[in-house]
Amino acid sequence: MKTDELLINMGPVHPSTHGVLRFKLTMDGEIIRKCEIVMGYLHRGTEKLGEMKTYMQFVPYTDRLDYISAFPNNYAYTKAVEELAGIEVPLRAEYIRVITLELNRIVNHLVMLGSLLLDLGASTMIMYGFRERENALQLFEMLCGARMTFNYIRPGGVREDMPEGFIPKLNEFINDMEKRIDDYEQLISGNEIFMGRMKGIGVMSTQDAINYGMTGPSLRGHGVNYDIRKLEPYSVYPDLDFKVCVRNEGDSFARYMVRIDEMRESLHILRQAVDQMPQAKPVSLAKYGIAPMTGASTAVSTYFPRIFTPPPGEVYSRIEAPKGELGFYIVSDGTIKPYRIKIRSPSFCNLTAIPKMVEGLMIPDLIAAFGTIDVVLGDVDR
Amino acid sequence: MFANAYELIVFTLNYIGIYEPVNNTFKTLGIEYVLRIIIVLVEIAILFVFALLTIMFLTWMERKVVAMVQARYGPMVTGPRGLLQPVMDGVKLIGKEDIIPAKADRWVFTLAPFLVFIPALLIFIPLPFGESLIISDLSVGLLYLIAISAVSPIAILLAGWASNNKYSLMGAMRAVAQDISYTIPLAISAIAIVLFTGSLSTVEIVTAQNGTWFGFIPKWFIFLQPLGFVLFLIASIAEMGRIPFDFQESEQELVAGFFTEYSGMKFAMFFLAEYAHLFSVSAIVVTLFLGGWSFPYISLLPAALVPLVSLGVFLVKTYAVIFFAMWLRDTVPRVRIDQLLSLGWKIMIPLALLNLLVTGFLLTVGVFQ
Repeated sequence: MKTDELLINMGPVHPSTHGVLRFKLTMDGEIIRKCEIVMGYLHRGTEKLGEMKTYMQFVPYTDRLDYISAFPNNYAYTKAVEELAGIEVPLRAEYIRVITLELNRIVNHLVMLGSLLLDLGASTMIMYGFRERENALQLFEMLCGARMTFNYIRPGGVREDMPEGFIPKLNEFINDMEKRIDDYEQLISGNEIFMGRMKGIGVMSTQDAINYGMTGPSLRGHGVNYDIRKLEPYSVYPDLDFKVCVRNEGDSFARYMVRIDEMRESLHILRQAVDQMPQAKPVSLAKYGIAPMTGASTAVSTYFPRIFTPPPGEVYSRIEAPKGELGFYIVSDGTIKPYRIKIRSPSFCNLTAIPKMVEGLMIPDLIAAFGTIDVVLGDVDR
Repeated sequence: MFANAYELIVFTLNYIGIYEPVNNTFKTLGIEYVLRIIIVLVEIAILFVFALLTIMFLTWMERKVVAMVQARYGPMVTGPRGLLQPVMDGVKLIGKEDIIPAKADRWVFTLAPFLVFIPALLIFIPLPFGESLIISDLSVGLLYLIAISAVSPIAILLAGWASNNKYSLMGAMRAVAQDISYTIPLAISAIAIVLFTGSLSTVEIVTAQNGTWFGFIPKWFIFLQPLGFVLFLIASIAEMGRIPFDFQESEQELVAGFFTEYSGMKFAMFFLAEYAHLFSVSAIVVTLFLGGWSFPYISLLPAALVPLVSLGVFLVKTYAVIFFAMWLRDTVPRVRIDQLLSLGWKIMIPLALLNLLVTGFLLTVGVFQ
């Protein structure tokens, strides 16, 4: 039977496009014949702004890229600057950084699970996810006072040491989370309707997933053992025992399960980090030869000056952010400002695979597949 | 005792000594039918107020149940425990701007909300709320219920089409597909009950469930028709259009589906109709399978108390079904439209037919006599 095709604009303002994303869908009834992604509604020119700020001034801008997981963005930029300028960071600061990164990974996955289930029509998980996120946010608030755009990690270390009472509260969170993840599994993973909506939906071959430049849990759901924490170990990850969570099915359910597994693994990392973290608070300034600021109360950060000039050169530094590979390419011309900044964000690359995943499926499948890609539009439009 | 609420009202008026003098006055004037009209209008007014209060209560209850499941508070500021929240919602909705899209079909767009709301209230007419508490014991009560509940998809189709919005149209199309798929197993499961009672009257269906087996198991049809009950319940939730079957609106896919373009009181009409539907469909489930207002040993109560107690029993059972629907909504995600249709056509209809066949066979050979 011949039917007319219908052009539907899904977004830029739509309950399920996670911000301002627009899908141009050519529909045959409820079947998607063609899916085109239109981005750029949130473009803020962040990379250009970076070239107009000093190295230190740009740090708060990174918080706003992926606003669900600000710490990894902070850290990815900081790591690039540190590599560019050859700065060494105290060990305790590195452990604190890993704690924030892994906590933020859990927070990110909680938001992802909540919004995925909300996209599928089940509103309970987002409340549970945000309940646990709130506990983590309280920890973040203790560290840096912020509850969303956490600005804590910076070149040379972290802003200041953990406050008193942080570690007991963190342990409480870890113990609580372990039970909560079991609850989520009971609520979601074994649910027949959920499996019916996720299994065999948004399937893509491993080769395609690699070709589209997917990374992070979205790629690991396609059977690819690719985790920058293992491939190019950074910070104190080499001293920590953890495994890379991989699933082979390459469908929405696999991508969801990778996140569940990763949350458990992050808790495992957190436990180790708390145990192994040195109690001493060394300050490493030798390399840069700058005296500590007078009156400083803590000794975790490296008392790094606000304005400094890395030697001319370039660096591409990447980390395993919760959503995938997050990289900063920075070119220095030896002045106080970067000559060029380019960000490789995971959401952008992962998103490009959506048309391949959903053509021939239905609108509800697009929503399910899109939910498992875990996109934040701040991370797409920079 | 009394055939319907009309007789109950006449009895009460007689009891307090008003009916005879008033009736005589009207008789001497030659307009005794006026009193009948007044009593019927009073009945309708009571029913209307009851329906509106129920709807308001359900909007509050839904939020409280969701809050309980999702570890939050729900309404708690306006009135004790937020009980005045539905009133405030009403005030807010009345105050909203009534928008009609430029290219909408104005008449159909305006008419559709009423067409959804009115049948939702009409369903209440043959519902047996308690012994003697029924507006009209229709001899084709069950048929009437199924027929009236089949009207709302037409109104939804009109709303979706008149909005001149693609999302609305898709929501409307889904509503029709869903309704056709689920009315069939719904009706077939109900027919199995009719085989037992030999009547379509809702009162007779409830009366047939009076009494007990072995002195303690209530003679409810759920025990004779467990499969029919499950099928009827699933189909009812689909008819209500609630999660996991809320395709017509499905916020995450179709923005708000058929009522995307509606605002203010027109939107409220859809909203109220949904809750009226929730109550009436749950009441039908109770009437057909859970014994309606009957309860073991209810006949031992003093006759004067029976209408009141039976009303209480009916409401408790109905709210239990409503609670189940709300609980379900908070627990499961939405199925996909093709999954819904294949469930309806490939599983529920064959099972309902099988259920009917087995029931008929067992009745014929005398197992259930």
